[in-house]
Amino acid sequence: MLELRNLSKVYPNGTKALDDVCLTVDQPQVVAIIGPSGAGKSTILRCINRLVDSSSGQVLLNGEDICSLSKSGLRKARRRIGMIFQEYNLVERLTVMENVLSGRLGYVGFWTAYRRKFPAEDIRTAFELLERVGLAGTQNARADALSGGQRQRVGIARAVIQAPDLLLVDEPTASLDPKTSRQIMRILVELSHERNTPSLINIHDVRLAQTFADRIIGLCGGKVVFDGLSSQITPEILTRIYGEEDWSTTIKKDTPEDNDGAVQASEELKDQGPEQAQQ
Amino acid sequence: MTPTTTSNTGQLPEWQRIKLIQNTKTRWFLAGVVVLYIIVTLFTLEVDWSRIASGLTRAGKMFAGMIPPDTSRLQLMFNGILESVQMALAASVFGMILAVPIGICGASNLVPKPVYIFGRSIIVLTRTFHEIIIAIFFVKIFGFGPLAGVLTLIVAGTSFIAKMVAEDIENMPPGHLEAIRATGASFPKLLLYCVAPQILPRYLGVSIYRLDANIRHSTVVGIVGAGGIGQTLAATFSRYDYDFSCTILIAIVALVFLGEIISSWIRSYLR
Amino acid sequence: MTRTETSSRYPDIWKKYTPVQTLLRYVGYMIAVFIAVWALSDLDITWFYFLDAHVQVADMLTRMWPPDAAFIQNLTKPLVETIHIATLGTASSVVIAFPLAFLAARNTTYNNLTWFIGRLILVTSRSVNTVVWGLLFVAIFGPGPVAGIWAIAFRSIGFVGKLISEAIEEIDPGVVEAMEATGASRLQVLMIGILPQVMPVIVGTTVYRWDINIRESTVLGFVGAGGIGILLYSSINQFLWREVTVTLIAIFGIVVLSELISATVRKKIS
Repeated sequence: MLELRNLSKVYPNGTKALDDVCLTVDQPQVVAIIGPSGAGKSTILRCINRLVDSSSGQVLLNGEDICSLSKSGLRKARRRIGMIFQEYNLVERLTVMENVLSGRLGYVGFWTAYRRKFPAEDIRTAFELLERVGLAGTQNARADALSGGQRQRVGIARAVIQAPDLLLVDEPTASLDPKTSRQIMRILVELSHERNTPSLINIHDVRLAQTFADRIIGLCGGKVVFDGLSSQITPEILTRIYGEEDWSTTIKKDTPEDNDGAVQASEELKDQGPEQAQQ
Repeated sequence: MTPTTTSNTGQLPEWQRIKLIQNTKTRWFLAGVVVLYIIVTLFTLEVDWSRIASGLTRAGKMFAGMIPPDTSRLQLMFNGILESVQMALAASVFGMILAVPIGICGASNLVPKPVYIFGRSIIVLTRTFHEIIIAIFFVKIFGFGPLAGVLTLIVAGTSFIAKMVAEDIENMPPGHLEAIRATGASFPKLLLYCVAPQILPRYLGVSIYRLDANIRHSTVVGIVGAGGIGQTLAATFSRYDYDFSCTILIAIVALVFLGEIISSWIRSYLR
Repeated sequence: MTRTETSSRYPDIWKKYTPVQTLLRYVGYMIAVFIAVWALSDLDITWFYFLDAHVQVADMLTRMWPPDAAFIQNLTKPLVETIHIATLGTASSVVIAFPLAFLAARNTTYNNLTWFIGRLILVTSRSVNTVVWGLLFVAIFGPGPVAGIWAIAFRSIGFVGKLISEAIEEIDPGVVEAMEATGASRLQVLMIGILPQVMPVIVGTTVYRWDINIRESTVLGFVGAGGIGILLYSSINQFLWREVTVTLIAIFGIVVLSELISATVRKKIS
């Protein structure tokens, strides 16, 4: 489904954001990308749909090399890749429904978009998705009237309505509180499994990654330093990925009311701590 | 209450007012420059002091002649005002429309560099020159009359609105553009769905403001023959027809005032 | 990946605007189009001129190039005069506008009548274009830079006065209250309570208006009020297009320069 071959990105000022990254996702799984800041997590996602152009290497989506596509070919390819952003990136002055429907912009003509007369199938799907993410009835609300968690859910609906072959998710929970973060992650994982779509999720919070993802990739300095199932993660591996940075600080503290099983699991992990791992 | 001291010598700590220009030397230097400047200019400018002195008495006579204002040729004045208003209205609508593509060309985050430079150059060139200069060029090409005036106002209005549009687009959070691009939308759909909703409120407000400014400017382009009440006014001055000039001036003030009120009412309604 | 089957229980129509809103929007568009068309058709325009306009423009442009370099020496004196007109005009306007602003500000004026008079003077000054003031003052003082200085001053009073009065209205009333409570006189309240708060606005507005006035002063010569406009007007009327180009370049130069100065000073203040 998705294959990255020797992907590299060097910025004009010499920073090497990605160094010869090789990655294959050949089944519909939830893949979390973790790593310290500056490791290249955002860059790798943006190189896949070419919001950032890579310096060398190939990105193969269902066998087609995205890096060599023309402008119109790229647009067609982007239709099949849904992206969800850290800052939600909704068009604030438009309604929720328009924001969700904007996922279908790659498929409709200009005048259809202008008159907002999207095909009936799209509108039905939009209503269904809004209900699925728990926002039924909000379709006429303006996007900037929503809370952070609600906006992110609109963003998810926008990405899913594209019926994509791949979901790219860039730090979806960085601006959210712990409880909402878990709700969002849950929705993402459920949708991904329901629709058999592989997702690449860029996550800063190690505990969330472990809890919700099937597979974890650790990036450090633009290189892949770990690629395995989330059950294989140990504190030693985390120290290897994060190096100088203390990965326990990425875990957001819970309020006492939350009593997910996830809290207990992370407590156990934290107890072992990076200091212990060095012994 | 005895003053408290911080040093052994018993001296009070000093304080100073905070002035706009802190450095004392710079302040006195600037003051000196200002005084020198005024003296120098008064000597170098070609000033005919006798004419000035007589001018004040002449002004007195003029104002005496201006009152009461001449109301007999109201029809002529009304035609001039109507022409000015029509020029302003037409120019505002066309200016609004034209400003959109030019403003988009002037936004560095939307278009490639050469297009950006082209768009910005147009905006800068048309804003640097006073609209009367632009008016004279149009008069030379299209002859006397309101055509030159309308075109002048369109050019002046377009560059003003286009500059606002370009700045608004450049101030947009870049993530919005990213998100819509990531869905595979083409450039026109990007403009429609992402750029348009964000700039629309300010665009409308600026355009309505421009309508009011166009009314003000339409009164002046007539001085070089580009139509409107300005042409009527210039004619009265050259004929020493001062009482009619006064009527026209009062009408212009009233018109501009009315325009300001209407435009601020519309803008508050849009908010 | 195929889309999952959507059940038919979800609505398949969605409209952004209610029918009334849609109607109102289209009525609005129609009105705008109608106004534009009516205004344009009612004007006395000879549409015939559009036919050969491009030829005329091309002709004029070729006549304008290359710029007449020798003409530059005629330009320096008028350019300097232009700058003087703008500077002295702006300075005088600030001196007059400053007390007027206090009259026109709701919180420092004496009563409703003085407020109204203050606002009326400012509005009148703003409504008449600099060039029109120029016409008036040329009739009074005769042609020359003095008429220009008065014209610039009279127009700028409204601009500067309005902005200063708005700044005065926005000051912190608590400061004034505190000072009045100590028994300070009106003048003292003014100097120490109000003035420091509005000083940055005064300086900023003055520089801003000076920059605009440089642009206005370049054309005052069209009505005989001095400055480089006199040369430009005569060159255009004599069809000496190459001189016109040099003059335009010179005007472009000082306008851009004044904009730079104004932007730098205003940034330094805030």
